[in-house]
Amino acid sequence: MPLNIGCSARPGKSQENKTGSWRVFKPDFHYDLCTSCGTCQMICPEGCINLIDDKFTPDYTFCKGCGLCAEQCPADAISMKKEEK
Amino acid sequence: MADKSLELFDAGHRACGGCGPALAARLILKGCGPHTIVTVSTGCMEVFSTPYPETAWKVPLIHSLFENASAVASGIEASLKKQGRNEHVICICGDGATFDIGMLCISGAFERGHNITYICYDNEAYMNTGIQRSGATPYDASTTTSPAGRQSFGNSRPKKDLPSILAAHGAPYVATCSVAYPNDIIKKVERAVNTEGPCYIQVHAPCCTGWGFDGKKTMAVGKLAIETGLWVNFELVNGSVEKAKKIKRRPVEDYLQEQKRFRHLFKPNRNDAEIAKIQAIADVNALKYGIDI
Ligand SMILES: Cc1ncc(C[n+]2csc(CCOP(=O)(O)OP(=O)(O)O)c2C)c(N)n1
Ligand code: SF4
Ligand code: SF4
Ligand SMILES: [Mg+2]
Repeated sequence: MPLNIGCSARPGKSQENKTGSWRVFKPDFHYDLCTSCGTCQMICPEGCINLIDDKFTPDYTFCKGCGLCAEQCPADAISMKKEEK
Repeated sequence: MADKSLELFDAGHRACGGCGPALAARLILKGCGPHTIVTVSTGCMEVFSTPYPETAWKVPLIHSLFENASAVASGIEASLKKQGRNEHVICICGDGATFDIGMLCISGAFERGHNITYICYDNEAYMNTGIQRSGATPYDASTTTSPAGRQSFGNSRPKKDLPSILAAHGAPYVATCSVAYPNDIIKKVERAVNTEGPCYIQVHAPCCTGWGFDGKKTMAVGKLAIETGLWVNFELVNGSVEKAKKIKRRPVEDYLQEQKRFRHLFKPNRNDAEIAKIQAIADVNALKYGIDI
């Protein structure tokens, strides 16, 4: 791949890099406790929590398992458990 | 009003898990929206978000050098103006790029009065090259160029007051905020990009790797900085304090103890004299901005 002065890249091409493989712990969402406040979606540094069928759903393709969502959820509706691969 | 659901900073970037600056990037773009052109400096954010040929950005972004993001933004703004266009032009740069090496270009851009918003994500050291101290590193923080040891308690100089320096340039809007308060970032960025003239925003962005804490604590650590008065969220409009977040203050050790960069103040022995000096910094902040409830 030639690399010249002045390179450009397609917007959002980072999606080709599947950071979910970094995960050691995995966030488990307990929807019986979730109050749909949206905190997790707002604060995930990957921006990988989506509202699907009215449920905040992490995209495990990209989730790095940092645990920030579980730590910040005011309803304690997210728990981290060891990833099984 | 900013559309908070819009994701303009995509997944797949290579920041550490729980990275404060990565969260800051997402929130900043929520505040300025898609009608935006970004210039970045060299540093963690640029490196983790744009390893060629990948990019996490869904708005036009240009990276030139470490020190010149504000000069590049100046040129873009001047050109857009000539063409009768009105995209928001923003710089997003690290604290090393802002407080130290980019200062000349920033001062020039603010003096010329370009209609740009300069945003510093402040993780309080040169992280991408391995945690070297910068003008934004707080007093007594241990970094690889200010290591704590027998001869030293860490960084021997206080953090530079850059918001005041840029307010003194005549900036109409200068604000500080923190990733611990996401809505506040969005609101302040939105206000800055809609204010005519050069504006400055400094986002406190805890770095788990450089400060030494678990990535899940990024927001908790950011919040402690504010609750101890070591970081103040304020807005300066035409040089005067319009608003500062009031708090019931906690002692500074509640913040210091969470981070390995301050570990030497507690182990092997508690260093009361140095902790008192850091408490004095928080006390001065509290008085200056009137944050005590
Ligand atoms: C002129 C120049 N000097 C030094 C460097 C090496 N360098 C690259 S990134 C970086 C650190 C950036 O620190 P900061 O701006 O605080 O951003 P951070 O990595 O902390 O996010 C340095 C020193 C460079 N790229 N260009
Ligand atoms: S664990 Fe981290 S990366 Fe995964 S969904 Fe939660 S906040 Fe996002
Ligand atoms: S070193 Fe710090 S700023 Fe850099 S990617 Fe990691 S957490 Fe983010
Ligand atoms: Mg930095």
